[in-house]
Formats: sequence, C-alpha cells, structure tokens
Amino acid sequence: MITKSHLIEWLRACDAIYTENKTYLTQLDTAIGDADHGNNMHRGFRKVGEQLDSLADKDIGALLKAVAMTLISTVGGASGPLYGTFFLQAAGKASGLNELNAAQMADVLEAGIGGIKMRGKASAGDKTMLDAFIPALEAFRTTPDDLQTALNNAADAAEKGAEDTIPLIARKGRASYLGERSRGHKDPGATSAAMMLRELAKAAEGDA
Amino acid sequence: MKKLINNPDDVLREQLEGMQLAHHDLIHIHLDPAFITRKEATPKGKVALISGGGSGHEPMHGGFVGYGMLDAACPGEIFTSPTPDQMYEAGKAVEAGAGILNLVKNYTGDVMNFEMAADMLMADGIKVQNLIIDDDVAVKDSLYTAGRRGVGTTVLMEKIVGAAAEDGYTLEQLSTLARKVNRYGRSMGMALTSCITPANGSPSFEIGDDEMEIGIGIHGEPGIQREKMKTVDEITEMMTLGILEDPAYHRQLRAWSPEKGEWIDVAETDEPFGSGDQVIAFVNSMGGTPVSELYGVYRKMNEIIEKKGLTVVRNLIGPYITSLEMQGCSITLLKADEEILKYWDAPAHTPALRKGM
Ligand SMILES: Nc1ncnc2c1ncn2[C@@H]1O[C@H](COP(=O)(O)OP(=O)(O)O)[C@@H](O)[C@H]1O
Ligand SMILES: [Mg+2]
Repeated sequence: MITKSHLIEWLRACDAIYTENKTYLTQLDTAIGDADHGNNMHRGFRKVGEQLDSLADKDIGALLKAVAMTLISTVGGASGPLYGTFFLQAAGKASGLNELNAAQMADVLEAGIGGIKMRGKASAGDKTMLDAFIPALEAFRTTPDDLQTALNNAADAAEKGAEDTIPLIARKGRASYLGERSRGHKDPGATSAAMMLRELAKAAEGDA
Repeated sequence: MKKLINNPDDVLREQLEGMQLAHHDLIHIHLDPAFITRKEATPKGKVALISGGGSGHEPMHGGFVGYGMLDAACPGEIFTSPTPDQMYEAGKAVEAGAGILNLVKNYTGDVMNFEMAADMLMADGIKVQNLIIDDDVAVKDSLYTAGRRGVGTTVLMEKIVGAAAEDGYTLEQLSTLARKVNRYGRSMGMALTSCITPANGSPSFEIGDDEMEIGIGIHGEPGIQREKMKTVDEITEMMTLGILEDPAYHRQLRAWSPEKGEWIDVAETDEPFGSGDQVIAFVNSMGGTPVSELYGVYRKMNEIIEKKGLTVVRNLIGPYITSLEMQGCSITLLKADEEILKYWDAPAHTPALRKGM
C-alpha cells in the first residue's frame, strides 16, 4: 500500500531533488529550449514543499489537488499547466482515499498521464515528458508482482525513456523550432518526469 | 555576469516597482499575482484587451498598457509564460461588460496558460476570446513543430487592435480584426550574440565572433541555423526576402467557439505579399543593437521592398520586443489596408509608445 504519508514524503523529496537539479535541468533546457525548466520546477516544488505541513490532514485526492493548484500558479511555461494537469487528473482518481493499492495507483498514474496528453496533444516519440511517463505506466501495469517492484520498474522505464529522447527530433514545445538541431540532446521535461517517478519509488520504500 | 541588478530573485519585482514609480500617471502595478493595469478603469462597454508573456522583452507588454493599447498585461518570470491566476485576476480587474480579448503569442506554455485562465473567467460568466499570434516565418511547418512563434507582429497588433477597442468594436469585431492583422503580418529575426538571464548567470548559447544565428525567436534561444557573419546589406536582404517570398502558410489555431462551447482548431491561411501591397515596416532591436544600426537595416530593407513593387507607408524603429541584452534585430512587415492604417494612426498614450496625444 502507498499511504498518504508516503506521498507527503515523496513530494518533500521532489522539492529536494529539483533544488539539487535546478541547474542541471536548466542546462538541458538551454540546449534545446529557453533555459528555464530547472528554475520552473524548483520554484513550483519549493512552494509545494512549504505547504506540505498544512496538508497533512487531507486525503490523497485533496493533497494532490492542492499540489496541482500550486504548480499551476507558480511554475509557468509549458511544464506548469502540464504537471498541474497531471496532478489535477490524478487527484480525481484518489478523492476520499488515504491509501492506494496497486490497481488504484495505476489508475491515478493513468489519469494523470491522460491529462498531460489531453492538454499538450503530444504523442510518444515527440521528445517530451510523455516519453518518460508513457513507458513508466506501461512498466507499472505489466509488473505482476508487488506494488514496490512495479514502482521500481516504472522509475527504471522512465529513466530509460528519458535517455531514449536523446536521438529524437522534437515535434512539440519549444525544442521543435530547432528541428534537426534538437537531435543529440536529452529532453528536460522527460528528465524531470523520470526524477519524479524515481522519488516516488524511493518514498514508497519508507515506513508509512 | 555583469548586470545592473541586486539579487537575481528580486529583479522582476524591483522592475515592476520602478515602473510604478515612473509611470503612476498611466498605469497601476499589482503584485501577488503580478499584473499591470491602466490607472483609469476600463470605460463601460469597452472590450478589455489583455496580453502577457515572459518578462525580458521590455517594453512589451507592460510598456504598452494605456490609452489606445492594452488594458492589462501579465508579466511572467523572465522568458517564462505567466500563470493562469495572473490572467484571471487581471481579467476580473479590467473587464467592463463587453468581454475580454487575450492577445497570446504562439508558444506552448503561453497558449495553455491563457486557455486555463479563459476557462476560469468564463466560469465566472465573462465573455473571453483568445487570439493567437504566429508570425515568425523562420519556422517553416506546423506539422512537425509547435507552429510559428509569435514575435514582432504582436507590437503592431497591440497598437491597432487597442485603437479599435477604443473605437467601440465588439468582441467579435475585434477578434476578426485581430485575426486579419495576424494573417497580414510576418516577421524574421537574427542574433549576433546570446543573452544572459539573471537567474542563470551564463549565456544562453555560445557563439563565435564571426558567427550569427538566423531565425531566432525572442527567448535567447538559438535560431534555425548558424551562419558566418555577413554585412548588414546581406543580412537585411536575407531577412526581407525571407518575409516577402514566404509562400502561403496554412495551419490550425486554437480559439473558443461560443456556439459549440469548447475550444476548437480554426484553419487559417496567410497569403503571400504581392506587388502593389502597402506595408507597415517594423525594424526592431533585440535589446543590444543600437538604433543607428537599425537605420542601416531600414535603408536596405526599403530598397528591396520598393524593388519588389511594394510601398512602406508607415514604420516603427527601435527596441520594442527584446531578448534582454541580445544583439540582433528583427523585421516585421504588415500588409496595411484602410482599417489597419486608420487604427495604426489613432492616438495612444502608454509608457513606451505615444502617438497623437
Ligand atoms: N505539448 C507538450 N506535451 C507534453 N510535454 C511538453 C509539451 N510541450 C513541452 N513539453 C515538455 O515541457 C518541457 C519544457 O518545460 P519548460 O521549459 O518548463 O517550459 P517552456 O517550454 O514553456 O519553457 C519540455 O522539455 C517537454 O518535456
Ligand atoms: Mg523552457
């Protein structure tokens, strides 16, 4: 089971990981974007981190919804509405719940990723965050064992998916303006998505 | 990094505070969330015109808030689109019964954030339309990209559509005019240097002394291609012909359909320029290029335009839509008919553009 306190620890860890990788993610976005992705993620999750203590008594749906609203109003750029929609749609599958089993977790992830597809209209292979999220969901769903293994496999698949964006030509977002010149660079959004899923797998290992 | 700043985190707020002090006779700055409105309330029954985008392009958009142009502007972080709560609060502050037209430059983030804001305002019963500006001819197709970027035409749009709003256009009439201005306007930009955002402290790309970037946007990003440095005449010719010889451009643009009650894709086609056309020519500095060099560009551009049988009937020259301290320039040509010229010539009084009053 994933409990609410696992998720709070996860969000705290996201705050830490985007603080640590602010410069790295911005460097990735300097090569094929406008040099702000790390700053955007850091600004958004710093604000989420500040609010976590006040969200401790909410159910998982309300927690994820509060995260969505904070990200939407602080991140900006393309990733703000996209990650915001991810959390908003995920929240819809978790309202009233205080823990998630594997099937519920899969529904939450699927709804969140569906939100990104709906808002950004990108497909697999367009060199976006979906190239981390889509294989991660696939790996999660096809892991028959326990929830923890499924989360680990999802994080592995997301990291591989992010690596695999390197040879792709971007077809969505700012990187698409570069055409051929976008080849040979890792997509910043896919990288931040893989970090988010790795932190989820790590947080789930802790005591609840 | 050498910049006239205190703490990089405070740059945006301090800039807005300075604007407030300097232009309190014209505008009012709101913080948390950040937006800029005119000092006077929107006259009842006038459509409210709002724009916004990342900061770092000054004087656009905040400098164009005032009589004859925008009712409000929403500044995001430097080069980062603003968030929906900014446009929502700005919209509620300036709407005056006739609805809101949002002028949105075509970047994935701007389009999505303005769309979420429009949804929030419409949920409050306010009529809203979003008009997407995509005029950068350096981006060739929209099938494999996010589509053409919104650049120089935005400045001309804010002037022309702002004056028509002042003249009593309804939201529908204003949207129709704005769509025409977008179809008639085309731009191309180039850079001699990159720029440094205060938050990052290092150049957005490396470029040699003998190199330039062709087909840049306005976010310090590299262009479509890198070339060896050339003379101003050669560079101007490449840009002017790039615009004049651009073929018809077909794409779908997002708009709100009041009939269907949902966001739809509307097919739009820009027809190429032709001999006999009258144009408004806008030669813009990316921030670091001096006005003297812009006149060099204007000289050659005018020669090429005349040779092709078109006439420049109005012009705008200077730094109006910039990328911080980047050296480089952009050219925008807007085909001008009677309606467009009438509103280009109409009075305006804003911090950065003043005409006839
Ligand atoms: N249409 C889209 N669908 C999904 N993800 C997208 C889309 N457009 C951009 N992205 C993601 O957003 C990332 C860039 O985010 P960020 O730099 O924060 O915003 P911006 O591009 O507005 O500067 C890209 O690396 C990509 O993964
Ligand atoms: Mg970016």
